[in-house]
Amino acid sequence: MTISPVGRLEGTVLPAPVLDVSGLTISYRDQNGTRTAVHGIDFSVAPGEVVALVGESGSGKSSTAQAIIGLLPENGRLESGSIRLNQQDIAGWPQKRLDGIRGSVVSLVPQDPGNSLNPVKTIGRQVAEILIIHGKASGAVADARAIELLERVGLNQPALRAKQYPHELSGGMKQRVLIAIAIALKPSLIIADEPTSALDVTVQKHILDLIDELRRETGTAVLLVTHDLGVAADRSDRLIVLKQGKIQEQGRTADILANPQSAYTQRLLADAPSLNIRQRRVAAVATASQGEASDDIIIVEGLVQDFSLGGKDKGLRALDDVSFRVRRGTTHALVGESGSGKTTTIRTVAALQKPTSGKVIVDGLDLSAPPRETLRLLRKKIQLVYQNPFGSLDPRQTIAAIVEEPLLNFEPVPRAKRAEIVASTIEKVGLPLDVLQRRPHALSGGQRQRVAIARALVLDPQILILDEAVSALDVTVQAQILALLDTLQRDLGLTYLFVSHDLAVVRQISDTVSVLNGGKIVESGAVEDVFERPQSHYARELIDAIPGKKYPSLAGQSLSTHSGNIR
Amino acid sequence: MTILEAGERHRNIDSPNPLDWISAAPAAEVATRAPAKARSYTLPIQPGLIFAYFILAIALLWAVAPGLFTSYDPVQGLPGQQLKAPSALHFLGTDALGRDLYTRLVYGAVHSLTGALAAVVIGLFAGTALGVIAGSIGGWVDEIIMRVVDVLLSIPALLLSLSIIILLGFGTVNAAIAVGFTSIASFARLVRSEVVSVRRSEYVEAAFGSGGTFFKVLWRHVLPNSLTSVIAFTALQVGSAILQLSTLGFLGYGAPPPTPEWGLLIAEGRNYIATAWWLTAAPGIVAVLVVLSVNRVSQAIGKAQR
Amino acid sequence: MARYIVSRVGQALLVLWAAFTISFVLLQAMPGDAVLIKFQNPEYGLSAEQIADIRAAYDADGSVLPQYVHTIGNFVTGDFGYSLQAGVAVSAQLAANLPSTIRLAGLAFAAAAVLAVIIAVLSNLSGFGRLRSFIQSLPSLFVSIPTFWLGIMLIQIFSFRFRLVPVINPGEWEGLILPVLTIAVPISAPMAQILLRNIDEVLTRPFVSVARAKGASHAFVLWQHVAKNAFLPVLTVAGVLFGELLAGAVITETVFGLNGIGSLTEQAVNFQDVAVLQAIVVISAAAFVAINLAVDLLYPVLDPRLKTKLGAVS
Repeated sequence: MTISPVGRLEGTVLPAPVLDVSGLTISYRDQNGTRTAVHGIDFSVAPGEVVALVGESGSGKSSTAQAIIGLLPENGRLESGSIRLNQQDIAGWPQKRLDGIRGSVVSLVPQDPGNSLNPVKTIGRQVAEILIIHGKASGAVADARAIELLERVGLNQPALRAKQYPHELSGGMKQRVLIAIAIALKPSLIIADEPTSALDVTVQKHILDLIDELRRETGTAVLLVTHDLGVAADRSDRLIVLKQGKIQEQGRTADILANPQSAYTQRLLADAPSLNIRQRRVAAVATASQGEASDDIIIVEGLVQDFSLGGKDKGLRALDDVSFRVRRGTTHALVGESGSGKTTTIRTVAALQKPTSGKVIVDGLDLSAPPRETLRLLRKKIQLVYQNPFGSLDPRQTIAAIVEEPLLNFEPVPRAKRAEIVASTIEKVGLPLDVLQRRPHALSGGQRQRVAIARALVLDPQILILDEAVSALDVTVQAQILALLDTLQRDLGLTYLFVSHDLAVVRQISDTVSVLNGGKIVESGAVEDVFERPQSHYARELIDAIPGKKYPSLAGQSLSTHSGNIR
Repeated sequence: MTILEAGERHRNIDSPNPLDWISAAPAAEVATRAPAKARSYTLPIQPGLIFAYFILAIALLWAVAPGLFTSYDPVQGLPGQQLKAPSALHFLGTDALGRDLYTRLVYGAVHSLTGALAAVVIGLFAGTALGVIAGSIGGWVDEIIMRVVDVLLSIPALLLSLSIIILLGFGTVNAAIAVGFTSIASFARLVRSEVVSVRRSEYVEAAFGSGGTFFKVLWRHVLPNSLTSVIAFTALQVGSAILQLSTLGFLGYGAPPPTPEWGLLIAEGRNYIATAWWLTAAPGIVAVLVVLSVNRVSQAIGKAQR
Repeated sequence: MARYIVSRVGQALLVLWAAFTISFVLLQAMPGDAVLIKFQNPEYGLSAEQIADIRAAYDADGSVLPQYVHTIGNFVTGDFGYSLQAGVAVSAQLAANLPSTIRLAGLAFAAAAVLAVIIAVLSNLSGFGRLRSFIQSLPSLFVSIPTFWLGIMLIQIFSFRFRLVPVINPGEWEGLILPVLTIAVPISAPMAQILLRNIDEVLTRPFVSVARAKGASHAFVLWQHVAKNAFLPVLTVAGVLFGELLAGAVITETVFGLNGIGSLTEQAVNFQDVAVLQAIVVISAAAFVAINLAVDLLYPVLDPRLKTKLGAVS
């Protein structure tokens, strides 16, 4: 196997592509008839090459990947076009014939390692299975080979792991197992469909490194499907930008990043936080930086939170001596990976649960022993915006009722006045007034998140807690919501407690940051200090793992592209 | 840990639809993110459903205005017309006393349907009240109510209703009470699990977070969102109650003769299975059609609300 | 693990005690004094003195609480009292009738399981078209059929019309064919529906796509990956199915004139024989509790996810 050099020159004689897709059109049938998801796209992947397929939700990137491996959902249909895999057009093949090449010529690293392994079969069996299906080995030989493969993908104690069940492994380990399955028969092409979007950032880096390393070793080509431009920039030789089932732009990754041609790609690049590591805007902090120490609106001291697991067990210490302060009018970020305690912290600050011990003072109100009335006063000062705007809005209420509801909980406001407040709040978050009579399901994700923000603002609070509030959104929508939050902070003097696993976003919008790991704060300080000169080992590792580092020169450029707020 | 908690198991065992019996626990654990449903049962016109509505409409009309459908008397037999096979004159034949079977079926609808309705109303109100109390208050109240529900579920429904019939005596009303009582536990369980799952949702937390009091949140969010699936379950229970009541009628514990209750009609026809097949076949087919239709409509309600 | 078993058994005993109490409250503690109603009936021609003797023998005059304690003590030692109607020990009646009912129910359960699996398998073999949608609609038809009517129709069709199975003096096993079928059809419906729904649900899970991506065929995926995941939850309704099975037996024994717990129940209700009915209620609650306990204890053995969790807890 020859490894194709990265950055091939135009005009050289190319080896025959592993994958050659032309005129691919995919449609889905549903209640409303037939909807075309992919409109006649053409691209190819050369041997040993990494091609990234990037796009936002609804771009058709996953449909394309599924079509190539012949696993479109039941209501999906390959309308026309050809998919040539090693010169063979497999587009019209029946499932039975495709079974022969799946796993051996083309294999899959799936999106969601947590649910991608059979919960009632051992890891070893699931790896050995691919060898058995294709008649490459059986019995003890297959089992031994499975252990070798597990070792190859960097699992410690592979013989033990082979006997374990999926739930006994962490997400990163499961993804390694799935990679072991994907490489078992040395296929020509691996389709990696959002292989790391469900994983923490440090794990993401290790998994991507592993895929890179295995690819170099075997000369396998990789089609990397991702929504994360940072990942695509770091890992791919070529980039294909998809929008609503059409290719916007394709070419060498470095070329596109340096000189994007289509307006959509330009906007995508400008909005991707990971490609825009730059100094934060200064205005909102200006006043705060001179503020006195007494102007700390949130004071958390020695917070401890234990959860009992039932019975006489010792229980789980979710937070261990957490302390931080937030100055009025600034944004403080809590960052950490899953299980770090960031959600527990904000739930305690929002008085949704009582701390085991420690002190929380919000704008002078001590929450450690709050009388009922204090709690209700607090509700007017502090509001929460959740990650998932699908779950945080009651599906049966109209938008008007959702935004109005908090007003009904306090001293009566006349109906006309309420309607007025609701309308002005909806306008404040940049939504047209005609959404008021609709219900949440009729709105897009970004619009729903604006409604959630409007509901939080309607009581005129001083603090907004943003729990991963932009994490579920597409990057362009995310940029719009971040811009909105920025504007609101300046206009209304809000204080934000911003929780996120996405360090690039945190860097973009916060003034100060606390890094949480295993329920403890391992580092905190001003954003620039922590990001530029991390003191703790963990913070350094976390910051190193942020994708999009490969093209540092872009940081300066994208500043100019990112002119103004896109609404 | 949570998987093992018996209280979390959600089995609506009295439902004729076994899908309600199943424990939600194992699936819920795995299905943390809902996969894009790739279902393709979206026929624009559903002839089955239209047919079901048609059957139910007729059954209801039978119950409300039986006189419109037949001119014979349901209780007085015609002399010389005993055990006649279906014909133009008696289109489902006659019984041993010369009564027109079709007429008896039409007049029987009111007994079978009101009985079933009464039974479901008992289960719905008592069960919903218990479920809402258990689910929204939680703590030891929840614990006690759900343990009682567990106990009620441990006694097979038929035996439970027979025990109540022994206590209250035979008769249409008592049979309906007995059947209704057996469904209280499953209603309570369904309602509680709905309330609990709505309570865990972020929009309820957000409602508390914006200063909502317990009762305001219960009224605005928890009840409306919990009751949606209860309605579908109620429809399903009507079908189940019709079956259970006809069983009690067949065993002779329901309405006394000569009431033309459907189960009783089958019991009476039993003595003539060798000679007058229509006497058992026709009432059974009517009952099956009505129950099938109720279940079909319930399924449609459930789907529309999802 | 040991602690889990102990707490589970404790819970089961608690439920059983409560079931006994409920049945006691419903059947024995109420004023409608069954002994009086029955024996005062002039048909028996008993003198007032004899009635008083009987009342004393049944402890019917005692106040409720001592009577309750007395009865529960008797139940624990296996003494279920005397049948008012037959005048023999309830335990003897049960012993005489249990075996035939267990045989009937056991056969019916096996037949139902086979039927359910056949429905599930047939509807998941592709390329069946119309036949497939017919098979998938079978369970909802089956649950809508009254059991007693099904029994009568089977007799009518197979015995009278086609004369395949004799109704009068059939052979021991021959006579079981129709009763078994009568119970099995309604029981198979819930099993099949659960299986069908689980298979549908499991097929949408990502690990199935991964298995397909390995090159596994549809049949391989069904047997190797879907089957166990789809079957396990069926176990959780085993107790409920048992209740249905018992109800089916009661009705079927009545329809076919067979001896067993079912016909015993029917007679007990007809003659207001509360002692017999209470014994049957308590025994079936005990069986229900025992089945659920067995499932709870067996489940962790079959499902590796629970095994580890328990290990971690104990």
